[in-house]
Amino acid sequence: MSAVDVLGTPAPAEATGEAGAGPWLSAWRRLRRNPSGIVGAVIVLVFVLVAIAAPLLAPYRPATSEWFGEVTPTTVPGPSDEHLLGLDSFGSDLLTQLIYGARSSLVIGVVSTAIGLAAGAVLGILAGGIGGKVDTIVMRVVDVLLSIPALLLAVSVAALLGRGSFSIMLAISAAQVPIFARLLRASLLAQRGQDYVVALRSLGLRQRRIVVGHMLPNSLGPVLVQATLTLATAVIEVAALSFLGLGDPNPAVAEWGRMLVTAQDRLDQAPHLALYPGIAIAITALGFTLLGEALREALDPRSSR
Amino acid sequence: MSLLEVEDLRVRFSRKGGPTTTAVDGVSFSVDAGEVVGLVGESGCGKSVTSLAVMGLLPRRGTTVTGSVRFDGTDLLTLSPGQLARRRGSDLAMVFQDPMTSLNPVLTLGRQLTEVLRTHTGMNRSAAKKEAVELLGRVGIPDPRRRAGEYPHQLSGGMRQRVLIAIALACTPRLIIADEPTTALDVTIQAQVLDLLTALVRESGTAMVLITHDLGVVAGTCDRVNVLYAGRVVEQAGKRELFAEPRHRYTTGLLNAVPRVDAPEGTALQPVPGSVRDLLPWAQGCAFSPRCGVADEGCRSGEIALSGSEHGAGHRARCVHPAEVGV
Amino acid sequence: MNDVLLSVRDLAVHYPIRSGILQRTVGAVKAVDGVSLEVPRGTTYGLVGESGCGKSTLGRAVLRLSEPTAGSVHIGGQDLLALRPEALRRERRRLQMVFQDPLASLDPRQTVESALTEPMAVHGLPGGPSAWRTRVRGLLDRVGLPSNAGSKYPHEFSGGQRQRVGIARALVLDPELLVADEPVSALDVSVQAQVLVLLEELQRDLGLTYLVIAHDLAVVKHVSTTVGVMYLGGLVEEGPSGPLYARPLHPYTRALLSAAPVPDPVAEAKRERILLTGDLPSPADPPSGCRFRTRCPWVQPTRCHEERPQLRVVDGHTADQKVACHFAEDIEAGRILPREVAPAA
Repeated sequence: MSAVDVLGTPAPAEATGEAGAGPWLSAWRRLRRNPSGIVGAVIVLVFVLVAIAAPLLAPYRPATSEWFGEVTPTTVPGPSDEHLLGLDSFGSDLLTQLIYGARSSLVIGVVSTAIGLAAGAVLGILAGGIGGKVDTIVMRVVDVLLSIPALLLAVSVAALLGRGSFSIMLAISAAQVPIFARLLRASLLAQRGQDYVVALRSLGLRQRRIVVGHMLPNSLGPVLVQATLTLATAVIEVAALSFLGLGDPNPAVAEWGRMLVTAQDRLDQAPHLALYPGIAIAITALGFTLLGEALREALDPRSSR
Repeated sequence: MSLLEVEDLRVRFSRKGGPTTTAVDGVSFSVDAGEVVGLVGESGCGKSVTSLAVMGLLPRRGTTVTGSVRFDGTDLLTLSPGQLARRRGSDLAMVFQDPMTSLNPVLTLGRQLTEVLRTHTGMNRSAAKKEAVELLGRVGIPDPRRRAGEYPHQLSGGMRQRVLIAIALACTPRLIIADEPTTALDVTIQAQVLDLLTALVRESGTAMVLITHDLGVVAGTCDRVNVLYAGRVVEQAGKRELFAEPRHRYTTGLLNAVPRVDAPEGTALQPVPGSVRDLLPWAQGCAFSPRCGVADEGCRSGEIALSGSEHGAGHRARCVHPAEVGV
Repeated sequence: MNDVLLSVRDLAVHYPIRSGILQRTVGAVKAVDGVSLEVPRGTTYGLVGESGCGKSTLGRAVLRLSEPTAGSVHIGGQDLLALRPEALRRERRRLQMVFQDPLASLDPRQTVESALTEPMAVHGLPGGPSAWRTRVRGLLDRVGLPSNAGSKYPHEFSGGQRQRVGIARALVLDPELLVADEPVSALDVSVQAQVLVLLEELQRDLGLTYLVIAHDLAVVKHVSTTVGVMYLGGLVEEGPSGPLYARPLHPYTRALLSAAPVPDPVAEAKRERILLTGDLPSPADPPSGCRFRTRCPWVQPTRCHEERPQLRVVDGHTADQKVACHFAEDIEAGRILPREVAPAA
């Protein structure tokens, strides 16, 4: 027996104070104890709150270009009493743009991840649950999707569908589909050989009930982790697609990626126009990543408790 | 003086933000040169952790080891990692339970042997290769020269375990610790590997600590036996005395609960009630008392010492109401 | 009680080996290759053998958890292999399995109560949820678990308790036949006896029939009425447990018994080991004739190479002890001596 085995044996549940705890509750307790997880969770929480409460938090309405008159070809008004962060190059209040930008990112990120997850899960469940020819066909489709670089795929889809937020959402989700498909398929396959699945069959449960009632819930953990990490990349990809010119046609729109694009023209005059949205993107992505990693550790029964 | 003297060994593990577990709670035993001493017990008794503590293989973080482990007079627990590493392999060697995971899957068997040889004896490459082939032959591997160039996955479980033994014996250590060396093997292979191990050990005068949960293995291989429960030694005796006149109620319980191939037809098993998790901390009495049929108030208070000149020479039990002879 | 509950005839489970881009079948792993046995109602048949002998595969094939390639399985007269999926599903009520690792065989996300009531709901047992819960409490009590066990999760129990949960679950549908695959090998020694005693009691009280699969000879001896020894996919010896252990006939059985450790130093010192040569052959390419001939200390140049021996009665033994060896009588009488075998795994 190696040292790892000896120490890896979990102490009886009572000893760790987790008596009566189902797997979700135990995971929650482990998550609470993880410092980077807490940091991530706080960042995500702040992001979500800002996004949801945007109308209440922002001093003005977004993308109004109300103060366009104050912007000259060589200057962009900086911080003042009315505009805490100053204006952007289109004359909108910068703080307002940033706050509403969170909303854009959240909506697009969440929707695209949800679509990607749903479509990917369906494919993955078909492949893993049914197996055989269905599995082969589905996985070849998934392989094709995976072989195209994610951003390129997103760009192609967006180009096909035209500009606008919705096409961005679909574009990003296209790249997530194969990831979730593989994840669910792998999870189902891994469980198929396990004794508890055989036991459920021997008890006379139908295949569908075993997959839906037992195997899927046991797959939720990795899916949740992946979804969180995917949200992180989605935030960045939204920005990237906007940066590339896909997405909302209105250049003054409150969206971090677009703000990065338009800031390019004024980089020497007002570098903060790029800095703020850039930092916002980075911190948000970091928050989701930290949370996702902490979730992964918390849900893994073998990690040190 | 004994070759190995373990005295009041205690090992505690503390996890991040969690409770401290005491895996070994005051274990003392000794091993003389050339003898085979058994550490017998079930899960949670601390036998494996004891062996890792002796070898210095416990992780540094979160582990507290107290007591003394005197090997040939030197307390191993006081040595630096570098000094300890020099002794491992040449003075002390270990054979692990699972041969598949204990061998490096990407190195040939010959290489794994020569590595040990060259590290401790400073042999040159060709001398080490020759010695490696000879060692493989000594542990009964047919066609050793060819096998030396093979990888672990190409061998059966029994052969892999023989290779592990060869590695352990490579530098003729004074002491071998074998941790459940045959538990993962089929019974026919187990018999052969145990025979091999005992033969080699006797032949070279090496001492051995054999860790197992199987009383049958103990009966066939050990000279002296230590029975462990919940981190402490509860009975210590020569092999014949232990089986003929077991004293501690846990020992008698085990012997009555184990099915035997030679039992007369219709023999009933007498289970030991409860499980290893039903225990009283040693500081408050006998850890086994919740499961013991004859425990009384005297068993549930204070420290119970390992005593017993009355049991016969070298036979001690940590029991307030030891079993009578003939039970 | 002579009525036979489980009847297995010439059962074979072969797994195809596929190779190449077109995945053509190039051979087969003959995990189980022609096994027949009968288990009378209320008795225990113990199937023993080392790794690779096919005993676990046989256990699952008997319950049709793996599809047999050939042969037949009859449960109380009902041909199991002829049933269509839906009928098979319903028939499963009569046959249940107890698994080796109770932690792996229970859904970690289900409480014990839920794990036990679900099968009752699926099969539409009468009474409804509260009646089911009462039955679960009764069962948990019967297997020696505390009354609050129902609300706990599998990982909260000790190994022995978890196995009791596994047994309770196997009993929930009131089965007739229980296949126990290594029911105690994952447990501590002091707890093994508890579970074995529990299984015995349940058999007496509920009239169950057991097929116990294990590698531990002592465990099998203790629980079984009849013992079958398997090697490389086939039965090599079968008989009532007392006589079989006292006077084993097949060379493999003799080697096994000579190797099984006994907690008695006097006996251990006296015993004579019968050593086997070589390695276990691959089940994809078993030896011709007698499968054991490559390792048998008594192998003869005649017959062993060509003819696969069938289970047969031996002179001087009762009709229920059968051996698959051409020379069983000669070996027993000492007319054929074992070769000197140098130790090698």
